[in-house]
Amino acid sequence: MIARLIDLRGAVFLLLLACFATIVPMMSLLAEPGSALHLPSYAVSLFGKYLTYALLALSVDLIWGYCGILSLGHGAFFALGGYAMGMHLMREIGDRGVYANPVLPDFMVFLNYDALPWFWLGFDMFWFACAMVLLVPGLLAFVFGWFAFRSRVTGVYFSIITQAMTYALLLAFFRNDMGFGGNNGLTDFKDVLGFDLQAPGTRATLFALSCLALGGGYLICRAVTQSRAGKVLIAVRDAESRARFLGYRVEYYKLFVFVVSAMMAGVAGALYVPQVGIINPSEFQPANSIEAVIWVAVGGRGTLVGAALGAFTVNGAKTLLTGWFPEIWLFFLGALFVAVTLFLPNGILGLLRRRRRAARAEPATTAPAAAE
Amino acid sequence: MRSALALLASLFLLMAAAPILAQTAETGGATLEALAARLPDGDFNDRAGIVSRIAATSDPRAAALLDALLEGELERLNADGRIVRVTGPRRQEVAFDALTGEEIGPLGRGASERIRVNNAVRRAIRSAVGVLTLGSPDPAVRISAAQAAFSGPDPEQIEPLSAALAAETDPAIAKLIAEARAASILADGAAAPADKVAALDTLTARGDRAALSLAIAAQNDPAPEVAAAAGDTRDAIERVLAFWDAARNVWFGISLGSVLMLAAIGLAITFGVMGVINMAHGELVMLGAYTTFAVQQAIVASAPWLSEWTLAFALPLAFLVSGSVGVAIERGVCRFLYGRPLETLLATWGVSLILQQLVRSIFGATNRAVSNPDWMSGAFQIGQMQVTWNRFWIVLFALAVFAALTLLLKRTPMGLQMRAVTQNRRMADAMGVRTGWVDAMTFGLGAGVAGVAGVALSQIDNVSPDLGQSYIVDSFMVVVFGGVGNLWGALAGAFTLGVANKFLEPFAGAVMAKILVLVFIILFIQKRPRGLFALKGRAVEQ
Repeated sequence: MIARLIDLRGAVFLLLLACFATIVPMMSLLAEPGSALHLPSYAVSLFGKYLTYALLALSVDLIWGYCGILSLGHGAFFALGGYAMGMHLMREIGDRGVYANPVLPDFMVFLNYDALPWFWLGFDMFWFACAMVLLVPGLLAFVFGWFAFRSRVTGVYFSIITQAMTYALLLAFFRNDMGFGGNNGLTDFKDVLGFDLQAPGTRATLFALSCLALGGGYLICRAVTQSRAGKVLIAVRDAESRARFLGYRVEYYKLFVFVVSAMMAGVAGALYVPQVGIINPSEFQPANSIEAVIWVAVGGRGTLVGAALGAFTVNGAKTLLTGWFPEIWLFFLGALFVAVTLFLPNGILGLLRRRRRAARAEPATTAPAAAE
Repeated sequence: MRSALALLASLFLLMAAAPILAQTAETGGATLEALAARLPDGDFNDRAGIVSRIAATSDPRAAALLDALLEGELERLNADGRIVRVTGPRRQEVAFDALTGEEIGPLGRGASERIRVNNAVRRAIRSAVGVLTLGSPDPAVRISAAQAAFSGPDPEQIEPLSAALAAETDPAIAKLIAEARAASILADGAAAPADKVAALDTLTARGDRAALSLAIAAQNDPAPEVAAAAGDTRDAIERVLAFWDAARNVWFGISLGSVLMLAAIGLAITFGVMGVINMAHGELVMLGAYTTFAVQQAIVASAPWLSEWTLAFALPLAFLVSGSVGVAIERGVCRFLYGRPLETLLATWGVSLILQQLVRSIFGATNRAVSNPDWMSGAFQIGQMQVTWNRFWIVLFALAVFAALTLLLKRTPMGLQMRAVTQNRRMADAMGVRTGWVDAMTFGLGAGVAGVAGVALSQIDNVSPDLGQSYIVDSFMVVVFGGVGNLWGALAGAFTLGVANKFLEPFAGAVMAKILVLVFIILFIQKRPRGLFALKGRAVEQ
């Protein structure tokens, strides 16, 4: 069972993740500030952010790589999870806000709210917020998928209506009277479960938790894809009509995997918010969702590990390039989209595999083959 | 005030030239001279009464006299009681005879006494002057006088308005005067109920908001038949207003729909006809808009006399610029990805990022303004609805583009080849159609139309690197809603969505309306996964 769940690639991935999860907090907490090994706490949060992006990429890969559903609205599930967590953090500020209102967050005082809107009730409890992080994206995905898959909206059409979904949510969350802070979103968080969000210890813990979530997400995806249901999913990806004619209720399989994927994206968003310190409607932008898809494409679609790798690579490049030459970044990202789809249909992992195969096939001419 | 004086002075001259009016100068028993001489006597109430009687003389000189009184320039000479008008800079005032205009010269201190006015007298003067100008030979002056009389109803005006109505020959102005008279009758507590009912009928015919508020006020009339008639009038006007509100919404919807259609119709060709998802479509629209901006800058810099013709140069140029970029995208990227629509989507998204950044690097990130030519600025009135010229031309332009594309696809050899390749690529290939070339041309056509749309959008929207982004989601919605493979789908989709959006806006607000439309499309796709006008037959099987 374990052996089927964790292949060689997965083992390497989980091992690396475990190292990462221990070394980064140690470098941040134990090393003396000023020493070469010391990691400033902003870097810990930055890496933590990459980890949440990797989890989002994983969730996209689960549906796109294994079921052929290209969602251009996965950023919406990510943002909804983020908002659920942000609402809890907002309530935890309590009377330490600018207006010192013990119940209402600052923006509500500012907008003359008398009482907390009904959908904010319960978010003062951490467990409730955590449940919502899973339930809200899950429920939206369930309802949306129920309608879409049952009426056999597939391929490009599905992509476009998911884009419409996240666009509609973007517009909705921009409205002040929605009760989610309008275009400023939710910010100025103080602490989570009593721990100061600015403290290096809290950041290191959140980082380790993100590693754990990514590892857990990976295992869940593996479990799903290696199960019997996973085989059906791949059948649906490759020949949907044929799978249906064989008697499988294709829409239920798709719905299941879509909901699981949305919940994973929600968890990623929930971990993203405390580390970044803000959640606002721009997270719903269709461009963000499309970017998540390109992470998967860069790493290698349908490999899970590749999705995480792609998220790290692209976002690392983004951080470096926007720092060095801000104008170049969009050129680079655009070229990446084109180059990956044209020349690297299986992403970085596909490239590595091809190299390895080429090396194995022609052991006599190793040197020229590698140079190729 | 100077210009108003000048206007009145010219009026004075014009009226002096109108002999018909001069004959009626003796009405009311007293001449203008006699009434003017009585102006300084009595209290303010008497003065207001005399003002009304002066107006009633319809003497051509009355308007100037009353205006001088309003300005506080009328004085009475202590020596002989003559009424003079004193004007000029302070301490250098010169007196003129108020009626004949004869110059008297500077006045000594204490030689005259000013005829004072209070607010009641000023009000009387204003309404009297308004009525006086009803006799002006200049139609524009008569129209503004009638409108002024309508907005300031006063029982005193009834009589002069009736006289003016009888003398008026222009039916349009006569209608305005009749409405002003009706408003004044309704304001008169002493008017006969039958007159008031007739006045209400006149207001019903006018049917705008001002008439509505008068009718609502008349519902409190003590006479039951007047109150009942006012209720009917109110209902009738409200029906008319509701009609025009609906008409306005339809127009705004059509206007929005035409913009959507312009943005989407190129997409309907590339996505609908070729099955290629071109996420860079919005950027092709943006390129068209920037081409217009560049043409405008070039013309301003080197040939300013051509500035009215900016659009004429921009249209073909934008078509060429966007079209060639489109061909480059097709040959460089999409060609390798046929049959893999999702990959095409990602690659063209990459192209869109590159194009955006390219434009941002060249033109800067700020909004650029493209000015409207004269024939596209301003507005005209239909019934109770204002239509701006630029929106009007864009609707026409959108329809023209649609017609041209439909003809191209149905009636030309190129269109025939395009449809052949769409329906059965291999068969077309076997029949000798150069499918690769047709693909490039079709894509170029869709992209060129996007550029042309950009020219139109530059007239109503800011030109910025994000221009395309703001239309891309909407354009996809239009195509998906209308159904692929059919230009009529894009037409129906765009106008349906535009009108639906504008009808929802009054109830839900602009943003909510947009959200509701999006939700509606998402639900609609469930019902008809292939849009309003779905392709039938073999073409459906990808």
